[in-house]
Amino acid sequence: MIRVAVKIMPRDVILDIQGRAVEESLMAQGFNIQSCRIGKVIECNINVDTKDLANSEIEKMLKDGGLYNPLTEKYEILTN
Amino acid sequence: MAIRVGITRFLGTNCDQDIKNWMKHLSIDSNYLWYEDQFNIAEYDFLIIPGGFSYGDYLRCGALAARTPVMKSVLEFAKKGKPILGICNGFQILCEAGLLPGVLLPNHNRSSSIPTQSEASSFIDVSSSFIDVSFSFIDQWVDIQVHATQSYFSSKMFNSQKLKLPIAHAEGRYYNESDQLKSMLDNQQIWLTYDPLNPNGSLMNIAGITNVKHNISGLMPHPERALQNWMGSVDGEFFI
Repeated sequence: MIRVAVKIMPRDVILDIQGRAVEESLMAQGFNIQSCRIGKVIECNINVDTKDLANSEIEKMLKDGGLYNPLTEKYEILTN
Repeated sequence: MAIRVGITRFLGTNCDQDIKNWMKHLSIDSNYLWYEDQFNIAEYDFLIIPGGFSYGDYLRCGALAARTPVMKSVLEFAKKGKPILGICNGFQILCEAGLLPGVLLPNHNRSSSIPTQSEASSFIDVSSSFIDVSFSFIDQWVDIQVHATQSYFSSKMFNSQKLKLPIAHAEGRYYNESDQLKSMLDNQQIWLTYDPLNPNGSLMNIAGITNVKHNISGLMPHPERALQNWMGSVDGEFFI
């Protein structure tokens, strides 16, 4: 079993209202912040023996399993 | 032979009974279609995917429902060119299933219109002037304009017709790439728009669209909640 995590973020062209609300709140509290965007991290335990197989499985989940929507999101597989 | 309608039911669908009552009101025979089962597409004349919060809107609204067994039959039904109507969460599911172009994003209430009284009261905190963005559920009446009438569900409508319908959603901001929007405009796929006030910041004020063949339609407003004068409007009658 291999544990893989994938970070999914809204694409740069997408207005991320959640990130904007947090950004404005942090600014209003006096924090020195330029911008803030909010995405999600999905962690999966995959029933394979190697990291390569786990990565190719998560790629399949992203593309065919609907884990992200390419119209509005981008992803990054997090390796540890 | 009498018309028969299929109504999909996912975990979290909550407008299914309203749709069934609508069909009963029209003397149309209807049947629920459970999300775990496939169905015989020959038994139905058209399908309605009702609103609600399938799978609690987890991952992305409509994303998990779009990948259930019942949707395999819905895809087959769509391929045959048979009519499908998605309302609210049903619209989101059809987009996630790839049967309609684009996606529905969380509302951005102040993007292109002056908020109405009811919108203003639903903002996170209107007293804090630094918050100029808002992610909120909107439940209100909207004015809709009809732009194209090729949809199976617009045979009773005419171009430029005005409709009064209710909306109730948190994620109704229609988004697509600009080249896609242009081709949708060219193919007369932009069916309904919010006019004059856009409540959720959808691109091109889109409230409802169709696919290229016009057999599949989706909209955020709820026609099934506007069928009697006591409901506030009877404009839902124009859809079927």
